[in-house]
Amino acid sequence: METYSLLREFADSWMLLFLFAFFVGVIVWVFRPGSTKEYSETADIPFRHEDKPATD
Amino acid sequence: MLNYIKLIALAVVTLFAMIAANYARDVAYQIHAIIVALVSGGLFIWTLRSVGDTKVAPQNEYLDGVVRAGVIATSFWGVVGFLAGVFIAFQLAFPALNFDWAQGYANFGRLRPLHTSAVIFAFGGNALIASSFFVVQRTSAARLWGGNLSWFVFWGYQLFIVLAATGYLLGGTQSKEYAEPEWYVDLWLTVVWLAYLAVFLGTVIKRKEKHIYVANWFYLSFIVTVAMLHVVNNLSIPVSVFGSKSVQVFSGVQDAMTQWWYGHNAVGFFLTAGFLGMMYYFIPKQAERPVFSYKLSIIHFWALIFIYIWAGPHHLHYTALPDWASTLGMVFSIVLWMPSWGGMINGLMTLSGAWDKLRTDPIIRMMVISVGFYGMSTFEGPMMSIRAVNSLSHYTDWTIGHVHSGALGWNGMITFGALYYLVPVLWKRERLYSLSLVSWHFWLATIGIVLYAASMWVTGIMEGLMWREVDANGFLVNSFADTVAAKFPMYVVRGVGGLMFLTGAIIMCYNLYMTVRAAPAKEPLATAVPAE
Repeated sequence: METYSLLREFADSWMLLFLFAFFVGVIVWVFRPGSTKEYSETADIPFRHEDKPATD
Repeated sequence: MLNYIKLIALAVVTLFAMIAANYARDVAYQIHAIIVALVSGGLFIWTLRSVGDTKVAPQNEYLDGVVRAGVIATSFWGVVGFLAGVFIAFQLAFPALNFDWAQGYANFGRLRPLHTSAVIFAFGGNALIASSFFVVQRTSAARLWGGNLSWFVFWGYQLFIVLAATGYLLGGTQSKEYAEPEWYVDLWLTVVWLAYLAVFLGTVIKRKEKHIYVANWFYLSFIVTVAMLHVVNNLSIPVSVFGSKSVQVFSGVQDAMTQWWYGHNAVGFFLTAGFLGMMYYFIPKQAERPVFSYKLSIIHFWALIFIYIWAGPHHLHYTALPDWASTLGMVFSIVLWMPSWGGMINGLMTLSGAWDKLRTDPIIRMMVISVGFYGMSTFEGPMMSIRAVNSLSHYTDWTIGHVHSGALGWNGMITFGALYYLVPVLWKRERLYSLSLVSWHFWLATIGIVLYAASMWVTGIMEGLMWREVDANGFLVNSFADTVAAKFPMYVVRGVGGLMFLTGAIIMCYNLYMTVRAAPAKEPLATAVPAE
């Protein structure tokens, strides 16, 4: 099979499936239990280290 | 040791540039070789004089010098780009402005890419680089990675802008929209861009926060995608190492498709993803409340990434591009409504509970109208990508109106908002010099955009209809010159709108300058200056 046809067949079958599944997976992941608490902490990042870097 | 390597490299570059200036096959290349020789020669002397100086790099402070430089560059290039835009708008209305003595250098065809690149890459690019350096430090709680590499990114990018702009005027262009610079300028931008990626990613990697804040996701996707787009679309083979002319590797419809895959994703990732990074930091900061929904911001991000990359073919309806490809582009453009409006809602709703700020804070007002224009132009765009609508709108001024409601309204306004936020913070001022000047800027810019977009809708739809008008016998009714004559009043209105927008930007520059000069200081600038 020539390269174009091979890549084309892969692109509109397995790759499409993978990308779609990844995308749906992200949405499911975002709504996982406990995410609300974690994200509210993450959303506060801009308000924590305005003036200087964190010291560890 | 590093200094010696630098000196040798700069000497070699200077020597080669001088040889290249001598053997140059065209004017654009020759002038560029002279510019490069002067810059690298100057850097050679500067590096030589600073050998042995000890550098102070306090790890307990943010690296803000480069952000300050970026803010100045953004304001400067903004005014330059808007001025060029106003001038070429009046050139279209009054062709006498294509002066005879400047034919071949300052006529519309040469100045138009200068305007688009100055606004998108010089103004927008500097705003993105500066704000991303600011945001990534604050949200990673870490100083910029790479020491002075960020300064290399800043100055390297300015050199790219100067080479691109002078190249256009002198005719050094590969004639690809938004990718006009010739091969050696492209190579230089690739080097600078990889350094930019290294600085940004290095800072993200050494972050002290557990999570990567959503603004950094957007910035990072912008940097990575632009690198990919830039390299693929500029695959070309130079005719000579001593000339600016190059030949594209792709040809025909493949080249067209690659160009609009590049072109539309430049809009999607440069003008959208990058500026959304700004939105997700500066709107929460100015509203003093976290983003409305962090979950929505993650979905917004991934949806945008997954969908935008397919939308390019809608630029090639009714061309040699196969129907399935342009239908694919059209469908994905329409699907883009969802993430775009999700993002707009997320930005606007961040103000929920703080809507009163709209009355008192003109900066928030600027950011809100910018998100409003984002919503409007991301509604208009998908609509124009529908094949039937495109048959009317394509090649008309409607497209230009659409681009400007996005670029002036969304990119311009969010950048102005970010600049008004950044200057007092970066120069440690208590407040801006004048809020009423911000209001002046806001209204001038808003009315200017409305005049611009409205006149372009009218003239675009009018000329689209005139082009397709046929009489009872099936003959075309209008000649092309008829449509040009009919557009005159709208062209004047458009120029006036642009003039108002430019005036607003000049007022902003004055206000920012006076903020640094005259507004009360919060505390002395704590930047450590190395002893000279």
